[in-house]
Amino acid sequence: MQLTGNQRLERREPQRGVSPEVEEGQRSTALPPGTRAPYFKLHTTPDQAVALDDFKGKRLIVAFYPADWSPVCGDELAIFNEVLPEFRKHNAEIVGISVDGVWCHIAYAKYNKLHFSLLSDFEPKGEVARTYGVYRKKDGFSERALFLIDEQGTIRWSYVSPIGVNPGADGVLDALEDLENEKSQKGAAA
Amino acid sequence: MRGRRQGTLVMDVGPRDHVQGPADAPVTLLEYGDYQCPFCGAAHPIVKALQRQLRESLRFAFRHFPLTTIHEYAEGAAEAAESVGAQGKFWEMRDTLFQNQPALDYGSLLGYAEELELDLERFATELDNHVYAPRVREDFISGVRRGVNGTPTFFINGVRHEGAFDFETMLDAIQIRMTNLAA
Repeated sequence: MQLTGNQRLERREPQRGVSPEVEEGQRSTALPPGTRAPYFKLHTTPDQAVALDDFKGKRLIVAFYPADWSPVCGDELAIFNEVLPEFRKHNAEIVGISVDGVWCHIAYAKYNKLHFSLLSDFEPKGEVARTYGVYRKKDGFSERALFLIDEQGTIRWSYVSPIGVNPGADGVLDALEDLENEKSQKGAAA
Repeated sequence: MRGRRQGTLVMDVGPRDHVQGPADAPVTLLEYGDYQCPFCGAAHPIVKALQRQLRESLRFAFRHFPLTTIHEYAEGAAEAAESVGAQGKFWEMRDTLFQNQPALDYGSLLGYAEELELDLERFATELDNHVYAPRVREDFISGVRRGVNGTPTFFINGVRHEGAFDFETMLDAIQIRMTNLAA
């Protein structure tokens, strides 16, 4: 049986004594479900910053991607852009994070008509990706990784895709539905 | 990514779909496509060649997957295809749209409908009121939930085709499926 991203990650414990930065040949050290989401505050324009706690009371999808303008991410962010209404039905917002600078993000978001924020993990370079365990030190950019953070700031699902593969939106939507089901089950049990 | 459905199509091809070929064909090829996508444009003659080659062994279905924010005219073209489909000429319109990818603006769509000798007033009213927008969205979301992450994406008997979409690769993939069925 092929595992879902979620199942795969639950089995992927961070190795003791290994730097959280992902090296060639090592297993991913992406923060697993159940972990408190590390705080971040990053610029989206030269004078505007977006922080994790701006999304308090909402679910947040954090999409780390290697770089603006690289062909696969274009598709990935375009799909997320199209699926925004479905994310919002689940009380979820999305941000994209890469090591590109704000001017690059502005041009890229405008070109692709993105309706969500792209955050610049630019200085210190890749610091937020490092705290989430998805920085590729050797390459100088992040993994293509998705995190779903719940209303309380806990990571509930995470997935790292092969660097050249667009993960699509079905995994995130599945994870959002799982959260919804869990919530209604808890409500029924109470 | 494979979601929990692992690439298997849950919303099967059925009466809601635009279909060519016999209902009992051993292989159903389903395409998720975008009329403004150049790769879908390139795939269009390949699908036709597969249909010619495989004749009654192949059922082909098409669902809309317009990336509306990067392809300005893709949604309008998809809705136009549905509207023309309601007047019985979906496949003719599909051919026209793929053959005229650089011109999919509103005026051009009206021109194509006129060439197909349709009830133009009905067509224009349906386009203006986005009558088929929910249907197009339903196609799109059905694709998203099966892991469609770009266009064109093909499914062969409900299983996603992972390889290239040149004629030989597609034909091989389809014939492997047919052989497996026969075994």
